[in-house]
Parts: sequence; structure tokens; C-alpha cells
Amino acid sequence: MASRNPARPLSPHLQIWRWGPHMLVSILHRATGSGMATVGTLLLVWWLAALAGGAESYATFRDVFTTEAGHLNVIGLVVAVGLTLSLFQHMMTGIRHLVLDTGAGYELKTNKTYAMATMVASVALTAIFWLVMGLN
Amino acid sequence: MRSAIGRVRGLGSAKEGTHHWWYQRLTAGANLLLMSWLLISIARQSSFDYAAMRMWMESGWVAIPMALLVVSVFYHFRLGLQVVIEDYQHDESRVVLMVLLNFFVIATGAVALFSIMKIALGAAA
Repeated sequence: MASRNPARPLSPHLQIWRWGPHMLVSILHRATGSGMATVGTLLLVWWLAALAGGAESYATFRDVFTTEAGHLNVIGLVVAVGLTLSLFQHMMTGIRHLVLDTGAGYELKTNKTYAMATMVASVALTAIFWLVMGLN
Repeated sequence: MRSAIGRVRGLGSAKEGTHHWWYQRLTAGANLLLMSWLLISIARQSSFDYAAMRMWMESGWVAIPMALLVVSVFYHFRLGLQVVIEDYQHDESRVVLMVLLNFFVIATGAVALFSIMKIALGAAA
């Protein structure tokens, strides 16, 4: 294991740099990924297991997130919007990473534009998804 | 002394220096396709009650991509969380968390795949 000598100088950390959209989407990519990997995984597995378990276990799952009338309750809304927004943000920043992997998009202005675009796209896609869900 | 091309081709002693990086990208591409399929499929559902969802997932056209999604997404987050652990944990806790991560991904993956198969193969609930 790496043991650290505290006397050694550290490279400048977050508080030294001027905050920009590229830094925001970078940490958003990590935060949304970690959130989906933990909370999202448990919910996906619970949903699949509840559906496989039968009508009763599926009803237990549904009742946590929906009202009697079948609409999403507060927990359902927070989880549903949170997870879809996380998914679309991670998807968009993921595509951005694949573009950056090719060596493109490192010019300051382009990089800033792509970073901003991921956030605009993720909010728009989340809105469109729930609009379509609401219409059905 | 080794030539520059020899160093590149040798990939170091592990012979798999790009393995983690490449599989992260490969699963990212698969996730993009499979997640787009899942989102569109869900958006096209008219009902989310038990009978409708069971009938939906009984089809091979749903069960197979769903199983592929679980494999690809779970592999992807296993690689991603590994990097997060490596970035923030520098002592023995790193080993403990890596073991827990492996247990977590295999256990949840097994439950997910078993559930999909149980529905698709028509076992009575």
C-alpha cells in the first residue's frame, strides 16, 4: 500500500483552479455513475426480483413509489426524476468522454461548449422522457 | 534497453495495460445501445401493472436484451467504482472495498439474471 510522506508538496487541488463547466461535468459524471451503481442497481434488482416473485411482491414494490390512484408519490418522483436525470447526464458526459478519447474537443472554447451541451441535453432528455411517460 | 516499439508492443509485465480502459469503453457503447432500448421500451408501455410487465418480459425480445443490459451495465459499474475506490482509498480499506465491490456486483447480478430467466422461462410465481 502507498504510504504518503506528509512533508512532500501537493499539486494544486480544486480550490486553486477557477471553476468551469468542464470541472462540473467531470464530477457530475462520477457522482451520477456512483449513484446509479449503488442506488440504481439495488432498485433495478429489486424491481426484477419483485416481478419474478409474483403479484404480491410486485405490488409491494409498486406501493413504495406510487399512490393508490397509480401515480408516482413523493418518493417515486424523487427517485424517478433523480435516476433518469443521472442516467441522461452520465450518458451525455459518457459520449463526451468517447469524443475526447479520439483527441478531439480539447480547445478551450469547444471543450466548454461540449461540457455545457451535456447538461442542456440531459435536462431536455429527462423532460422529454417524462412528458412521453405522462402522455401514455 | 528496449526499443520504443518493443516497449509499446510488450504492454509491460502485466500484458494487459489497456484492459480496464478498453472494457470501460466497450461496455459504455453497449450500455448506450441497451439503455436506449430500455428507455424507449418503457416509454412505449401503456401499463405497468403486474400482468402487463410479466407478459412484456416473458418475450425473448425483452428478456435477452434485458439480460445483456445487466451484464454490460454491471461490468461497467464494477470498472467505474474500482476507479473511484482507487482514487480515494489509499490504505488497507482499498482492498476491503474492492472485495465488497466484487461481492456486490456478483450478488446483485446473479439475482437480476435469475429473475429475468425465471420470468422468461415461464416458471410459476
